[in-house]
Amino acid sequence: MIESKANRKFKEAAFYNSQNDGGYFLLPFKFHRLNGEKEILVNEVGDYLILPTGTTATIVNRQISKENNSELYGDLIANFFISEEAIHPLIDVLATRYRTKKHFLNYFTGLHIFVISLRCEHTCFYCQVSRVTENRDQYDMSIQNIDRGIEIMFKSPNPHVTMEFQGGEALLAFDNIKYAVEKSEKIAGEIGKQITFVICTNLALVNEEILYYCKEHKILISTSLDGPQSIHDSNRHKPHASSYALAIKGIKLSREILGEDQVSALMTTTTLSLEHPIEIVDEYYNMGFPGIFLRNISPYGFALRTEKSKYSTDKFIEFYKKALGRILEYNFQGHYFTEDLARIYLTKILTPFNTGFVDMQSPAGLINGVIVFNYDGGVYATDESRMLAEQKDFTFKLGTLNDEYKDLFFGAKAQEIAQVWSNEALAGCSECAFQAYCGADPVHHHATQGDMYGYRPTSAFCQKNMEIIRYLIELMESEPKIKKIFESWISKK
Amino acid sequence: MNLKTKGVAKYINEPLVGRITRDVSSTGENSFLICEEIPADINTNSFEAILTSKDTSHLVENKPAVYAVPNFDHLSEGDIVAINEDGNINTLYRVNSFHNVLLATERCNSNCLMCSQPPKDRNDIPRLYSINQKLISLIPKDCIELGISGGEPTLMGEMFFQTLENLKEQLPETEIHVLTNGRSFAWQSMAERLAKIDYRRLMLGVPVYSDYYQVHDYIVQARDAFNQTILGLHNLARYNQRIEIRVVLHKQSIPRLTKLAKYIFKNLPFVEHVAFMGLEFIGYTPHNIEKLWIDPHDYIEELGEAVEFLSGQGIHVSIYNSQLCVLPENLWQYCRKSISDWKNEYLPECQNCLKLNDCGGLFRWNLNKHSDYIKPFTAIEM
Ligand code: SF4
Ligand code: SF4
Repeated sequence: MIESKANRKFKEAAFYNSQNDGGYFLLPFKFHRLNGEKEILVNEVGDYLILPTGTTATIVNRQISKENNSELYGDLIANFFISEEAIHPLIDVLATRYRTKKHFLNYFTGLHIFVISLRCEHTCFYCQVSRVTENRDQYDMSIQNIDRGIEIMFKSPNPHVTMEFQGGEALLAFDNIKYAVEKSEKIAGEIGKQITFVICTNLALVNEEILYYCKEHKILISTSLDGPQSIHDSNRHKPHASSYALAIKGIKLSREILGEDQVSALMTTTTLSLEHPIEIVDEYYNMGFPGIFLRNISPYGFALRTEKSKYSTDKFIEFYKKALGRILEYNFQGHYFTEDLARIYLTKILTPFNTGFVDMQSPAGLINGVIVFNYDGGVYATDESRMLAEQKDFTFKLGTLNDEYKDLFFGAKAQEIAQVWSNEALAGCSECAFQAYCGADPVHHHATQGDMYGYRPTSAFCQKNMEIIRYLIELMESEPKIKKIFESWISKK
Repeated sequence: MNLKTKGVAKYINEPLVGRITRDVSSTGENSFLICEEIPADINTNSFEAILTSKDTSHLVENKPAVYAVPNFDHLSEGDIVAINEDGNINTLYRVNSFHNVLLATERCNSNCLMCSQPPKDRNDIPRLYSINQKLISLIPKDCIELGISGGEPTLMGEMFFQTLENLKEQLPETEIHVLTNGRSFAWQSMAERLAKIDYRRLMLGVPVYSDYYQVHDYIVQARDAFNQTILGLHNLARYNQRIEIRVVLHKQSIPRLTKLAKYIFKNLPFVEHVAFMGLEFIGYTPHNIEKLWIDPHDYIEELGEAVEFLSGQGIHVSIYNSQLCVLPENLWQYCRKSISDWKNEYLPECQNCLKLNDCGGLFRWNLNKHSDYIKPFTAIEM
């Protein structure tokens, strides 16, 4: 091992060239036209280069040389696009990078959604959950099913599980939530697992007693806020009351008792929302949230039935761009205010890491990252899956809480879905430049195209992702100051 | 300031390591007495050796000693020195400094264009190893930080790890900072061996000069060095070792500097610290100055982008060997007063500068080679 240099005379840079006869090998990468002038090349782990249109062809035709394109040549080598050896000398580094990108698979299911009650006191027109105003026994999750759900949750190999209570309106079954929280806390302590609790609620029923309980048990609050009052109340109908006023009151009280960062809000974009991107962003900004998540409406479930919520993906993209523009304005003024969908994409585009966001992964987050235990004991692959079930479509029902863990998570149904949950292996996606930034969504494709596999050219999922990803890249590549802002959004600092 | 002096050695057959004292009444073991008058009872007390300005006409039979030493002004009570067969007295450890360094070896498997301590191709490893083992046992237990440098320390092989084990045992509270080119850790077994020591106070400072192998290999004058270093860093990360990346700023490293910053974040996100360092005008640098010199003023844009990007992504970043007046104010927060006390100097005009106390100044050997844009801050401008 001990070696010294035979000769310490300095040599010129050319001496350190390892290339053989001007040739090079291609490593796996994909490309996509960004606009008239530029194309983007993306390597196997999501690193990208933006180059003039036509560059890919010159690379593939071996027309790039060290002498004539020295900087580009260096970029291609350094970023794992080409190699001077058939097997890249740093292939192990590339492998580690790949593992890091797929790190979310290491732990298996983390998010366990308990649909604790299907009852709700709201009558939102787009609600994907049927509303049922009474009959506790039929529409609340039974203690027996809660017990069984907890048992299954703790079988997850994930050292950190999240238990999320949804409804209907989850707070209508607060006693059952308390039961579930206390039981799970105890077990988690005994077996040494970390657990996070979340209650999803419209906050109409929240009170100090509930919040002090949440504080004591470190329960996070996730609520809905669709925008200013006119939009929110129109979207979220509550008989004889303003849903907005109750939500705002609830948010303030929750922050007061739990702390600012323990309360988050989600918005849903309806046809009405589409006309008010600025007002919606402003509402979130004025309410003191650190950002907003611009979400399009699920194109299925209860919502599909009403004309009011049908809109084209084009319209959503247009809305998205306007809203993002407003968000950037705040940032230009020096305020830190993020858009969370962008943050998810940007984390994949700009960092060596991935996100835990289950809706945009490959293999898909369903089963791997999230599982839903329905009020009636049904087990579903995702939240949307149980909404399909409300329309009697049981395609993504994995079984019931009485089934064995292995049959639910690795059974025939799971295996069937697994055939189509990796975009690496889906026609259209397999050669898409944005594959590493995107995900697979069998539930969406089943619901909208009648086929889990999906057909990308007419897929709304694809259309939305492809355009937003392209737009984000175009924005930051044309404006260094936007890139700085985007970098600040994904910073771990 | 001088760290070496020389006299006439007597009865020294191998390098001796000991603590300096001027106190005749102390009876410290492993102590070397510095004295004008050699005490009459010198043979009955326990001083291991005598260092004196007296000449050899005052020879004490059989007592290791260095005679006719011109002066001892640079040595403080408790400093540790090695005295050699040839009369050289080398300062190994100074109690009043935070910048003490063990020299592991002067051998190296690279030959960087800007090496500040050019390697020598003789086998000094066993000799330095035995000196260092002795030295480690004498270093005060409250020593805050200790460097290990070379040459390339890992060329010591197993002795490298033994040195670390010895340090961990004898100086458990001391932060250890090893400068290595990291190439040896491309062998996974080397990283595994290091991990076995389980040394949380150990940090490895590893240079990466470019994201493109050919530029890096040229700068370090060694084929395959880049790939070995990157693989080495990954092996070290696999075993959770603490890593600092060191980037020297010069004409060869600047053109791809911002790309290097991105490369570090993408491929080496596990590093704890990235240090960007101004060029030292010593060692090989004067010889290669044509290939290396770029006025620091002319790279502030690239440096700023690299520093702010890495810092923005949550990586701890520092700028070393740089002067405040050359850098824009937004980068001052990253500047550290990094130059070891005895190497640190300022220009005459610095005496009028209001930032003198905050500024890291220059290496003594850069007094004649520095940015043209050094300009004191005066009250009127501020
Ligand atoms: S869904 Fe569309 S954008 Fe996403 S990877 Fe597939 S083809 Fe690409
Ligand atoms: S004038 Fe001297 S002390 Fe002042 S900032 Fe410049 S280098 Fe530092």
